[in-house]
This record gives sequence, C-alpha cells and structure tokens, in this order.
Amino acid sequence: MGRYILRRLLQMIPTLLAVAALIFLIFSVLPGSFAGTMTGGGRRALSPELVAQINAQFGLDKPLPVRFWDYLVRLVQFDLGTSFRTREPVVDLIAARIWPSLQLALSAMALAVTVGIPLGFLAAMRPGSLLDSITMIFAVSGLSMPQFWLGLLLMYVFALQLGWLPSFGYGGGQLRNLILPAIALGFAPLALLARTTRAGVLEVMGSDHIRTAMAKGASPSQMIRWHVLRNVMVLIVTTMGLQIGSLLGQALVIEKLFSWPGLGSLMVDSVAIRDIPVVQGTILVIVLWFLVINVLVDVIYAAIDPRISLR
Amino acid sequence: MSGPLLDIRGLTIGIPNRNGPPVQIVRDLSFDIMPGEIFGLVGESGSGKSASALALMGLNRRPLTTLKGQAFYGGQDLLAMSRRSMRKLRGNRISMIFQEPMTALNPLARIGSQIAEMFVLHRGLSWSDARPKAVEALAAVQVPDPEGRARAYPHQLSGGLRQRVMIAMAMACRPDLLIADEPTTALDVTVQAEVLRLIRELCEREGTAVLLISHDLGVIAQMCQRVGVMANGRLLELRDAKALFTDPRHPYTQGLLAALPRLGSRAVEGRHRLADLDMAIDRDAPDFAKTYLRPRGEAA
Repeated sequence: MGRYILRRLLQMIPTLLAVAALIFLIFSVLPGSFAGTMTGGGRRALSPELVAQINAQFGLDKPLPVRFWDYLVRLVQFDLGTSFRTREPVVDLIAARIWPSLQLALSAMALAVTVGIPLGFLAAMRPGSLLDSITMIFAVSGLSMPQFWLGLLLMYVFALQLGWLPSFGYGGGQLRNLILPAIALGFAPLALLARTTRAGVLEVMGSDHIRTAMAKGASPSQMIRWHVLRNVMVLIVTTMGLQIGSLLGQALVIEKLFSWPGLGSLMVDSVAIRDIPVVQGTILVIVLWFLVINVLVDVIYAAIDPRISLR
Repeated sequence: MSGPLLDIRGLTIGIPNRNGPPVQIVRDLSFDIMPGEIFGLVGESGSGKSASALALMGLNRRPLTTLKGQAFYGGQDLLAMSRRSMRKLRGNRISMIFQEPMTALNPLARIGSQIAEMFVLHRGLSWSDARPKAVEALAAVQVPDPEGRARAYPHQLSGGLRQRVMIAMAMACRPDLLIADEPTTALDVTVQAEVLRLIRELCEREGTAVLLISHDLGVIAQMCQRVGVMANGRLLELRDAKALFTDPRHPYTQGLLAALPRLGSRAVEGRHRLADLDMAIDRDAPDFAKTYLRPRGEAA
C-alpha cells in the first residue's frame, strides 16, 4: 500500500513535466506579451528599446529552451519563479489563494454529496414515480445550465432581491459569503451525482445477488444496508473523484463572478496580463490536485472492492 | 401418510396486458411435493419452470405477475401471503439456490458473513454469534478449510465451491423445502455430480424436500422420485420417475427421451432425431393438449 502510493506519486512527475512544457510552449506562440500589456496593451506603438529593456529585465530575451531549462531547475527546488507584476514569489501568491479555493471546492462538493447521493437513492427506490421524474428533470437542468448563469440568478434572487446574502467577495472567510458561490459551483456535480447514484442503485438492484438476498428473506432495508450501499459506492466514487479533481479548475468562472480570491481568479487575471510564471504555477497546482485525487480514488476503490488489488 | 408439504393448484403466471387478456407464461400448473421428496421439473428453456419456482418465493420481477392459483404450505397460501410473513418463510422454511453461482453471491461481502446473515435474519443471532455458525455450515457442505474460506470473497472461489456456499446458505436454517433452479447447469460434469450428491445427502439427513428444476434428463433421472414435464408453460406429464423414463406417455416426453444421444450411435443419427423433435411435436395438435398426470404411487 505505502509502496503503491509512493510509486503513483513518482509517476506524477512526468505528467507535471509535460504540463509545464505544454504551458511554456503555448505562451511562447500566443500573440501578446507581458511587455505589451505592461506598456498599455499595444494601443500605442512601442519603442523597441523599451520592449527590449523589459524583456531583458524579466529574462524573456533568452531563447525558449534556455528559459525552459532555467524554469525546470527552479521547479525541482520548489521555486515557481517570481510574478512579473507584483515581483512576489509565485509560491507566496498561490499560498494566499489556495485556502479560499479549497474552501469553495470542498463546500461545493460537500453540498453535491450530501444532497445528490440521497436524492439519486430515493429516485432509484421508486423508478417512474413523481419524485424520480422531478429529480431527473432537476438533474438534467443542473447539468445543462451554464454555471455563470446560475451564479447570476442566485445573486439576483438572494443578494439583490431578498438581500439575505452578500453577492460577492470573500468577507474574510465568513460562511455567508461562501454559500452562493458554493451552490453555483456545486450544482452541476450535485446533478451528476444524483444521476450516477440513481443509475448505480438500479444496476445493483437488478443484479443476481440481490435476488439471492431476497430469497434469503432480507427486508428491503437490510438488503440496502448489507448488499446495495457498498456496491453502489464503487460506482459513485469514480464520479465523485473526477468531480472533486476537476472542481479547482472549473471554479475559475465562479471565482471571477463572485470575486472570490481563489486560484481560478488569480489565473484568469494573470493570463490577461501575460504574467506567465503565475499562470504556470496555478495550472501546475490545479493539475497536481487532480492527480492526487486520482491516486486517492484508486486507494478508496481498493478499500471498497476486494477484487481490486493495488500493485 | 400425512398430506403434501406444498400443494400447488392452478398456478398461472403472465404479463398483464392493458389492451386485452394477459400473455400467459405458465398456465394452470398443479402439482404437489411430499415432505422429504425430491421432485423434478423438466422442460426446455422458456417452458416456465423458473418462473413457477420464483412465483412460489414471490421473487418474479415485473412485468411477470402471478395471475391465478394457490400454493398451500402448512395451511397457508404462499401466493396470497403478506410480504412480511413471506420474508419469514424465505430462506428459513423454503430456500432457493440458483443457476449462476458466479453472480448469485455479493462480490463485496465475505463468504462467512453472507452465510451468517441467515442466522441473523432467521435465528435472531448477533453477527458475532452467527460467524462460527457460518463456519459450521461451510464444513457441513464439505468445503475444505471452512475457517479460511469464511474469510474469503466470492471471486476467490471456484464455481463448484461457490455453489456449495449457496447450498450452505440455503440449508443453514434446515428448511422444509429447497428449490434448486438449474443448480448444476453452470458447472462442469465432475463437479456437477458432487454437488448433486451433496444436495441429496443433506436433504435426506435434514428431511428437506427438493424441487429440482433442470433441462437435463440425466440429472432428473439420477435424483428424483417424481417428475413433471413442462413445455409451453403447461405441465404435460407428471409421473413417477421410473415410469416416466421407461414408459413415456406424452408425445413430447417420448420425443425428448428419443432425442437423447446414445453411446455407440452415430452423431448424425442423433442430430437427425433432434431435428425430428420439433417436427414430430405439433404443439397445436389436440394430442399435445392432452396431459398425463398420474396420481402418486402409480404402478410402473
């Protein structure tokens, strides 16, 4: 087990390297430069001397392979570089943003799990019932609705009309500031989990070993506790893991919308001004999160299903 | 002689149809099973054997519905019973084993606890008291190393062992009736013989009656005292096993027995006879509708 996890963690290194190289490459071919944005977004003609000076100052005059090599050397020392804009170490910038980001992502997921899974379960207990139909309509709309639109809707109703909750900002980490963005971010995973759970429960309920359990004389509640819950969890954990993993990345729209000081908004702001070290740093952290969650999901799998062994 | 253990009268199973009469899968099935008897039900797939067995347990899945009939067990009609009292009988007085030992067990639960469940459900034992009983039950079906196997998961066991586990589970509460629905169809021949012998020995010892469902005439001949032949959802012939195999009356039974390949006969011949079976049996002929249901204890 310990060796398995260690090996999986080591396997992340090539993935992270590939991601780093990809971001490097993308920003070297994209139009626009930090020098350009710094000096007024390219609206005025720049003096070539000024551009050269800025580029030299930030090391952007060196050829791409050399820059990449320098970047990697610093990366293995856990140095993500210095922000072009603020001149602060990227690590510090990210450290300040990571807790709000995790807070938002985990609350969104907690909402999705505590509402979505029971809802899917109830729907599956009576397929074709009114509750089932309502849940599934709800789930499909949850999946199809754009996040930002739901966010705007929530803002309009609960902040503007009712005035119950603040419409934006971190508010020093107060719960009331967290509620709206968490709902907006958690709604899609909630809907997906409800659907997956319903499908999973129906699949397990249709399997042969459930017929055996009934032939043994188990009551519906005993059957669910002993023969359905665990079996359904195997199916749900996949969806849950993928959602938690991608939530940090998905959050950027909601973070921008609610002015939430997370990694997503940091990344969007940095892309806009070509603050490449910060963009690279945030993307690496988001990818790392996804990879770590994946390992975690595989370990949980093995804990639930004895047929899966970690090798 | 005491009365039958289970008395099935006019069991009719079908799929309800909103725009007309229901589609009938099993029509007017009547037979009885004596205490301790091994009763065989033969027929091709789709003849309604399994649906009948599942109906007795109340386990048919929708849209299959029991439309008519009674099944008396100890003075109560199984088909009219409340779910709660049916649950008390299931696994306890009447238990069942299925064709597919590979999928009939919960893949995520240990063998021991799946058997122990029987004692928790029907004997009111705690899980910790039920576990040693589960090991005993495994030993009773001659599973080697019952202690170790109780801790194993189903995927770690062979098909034959899993079917033994199913038998251990079904026999855990010493039921009056064991319904075995094609119990050896998924097993290879040598394992099949062992499993059949185990079922017979256990049931003889406990005085448990068996409703053995099979399409395999060899299995039926080897195990059963009385045999019912089913086709197209109807019971065509019901006889003592010896009488049925030496002197079949119904053209379908005759065709079935004649189609059995014999050692020494050429394969082509056998195939020819098999092809004949479908032609020889005109299922719409008045002759087919005639049934040969003999009372118990007929002269051979």
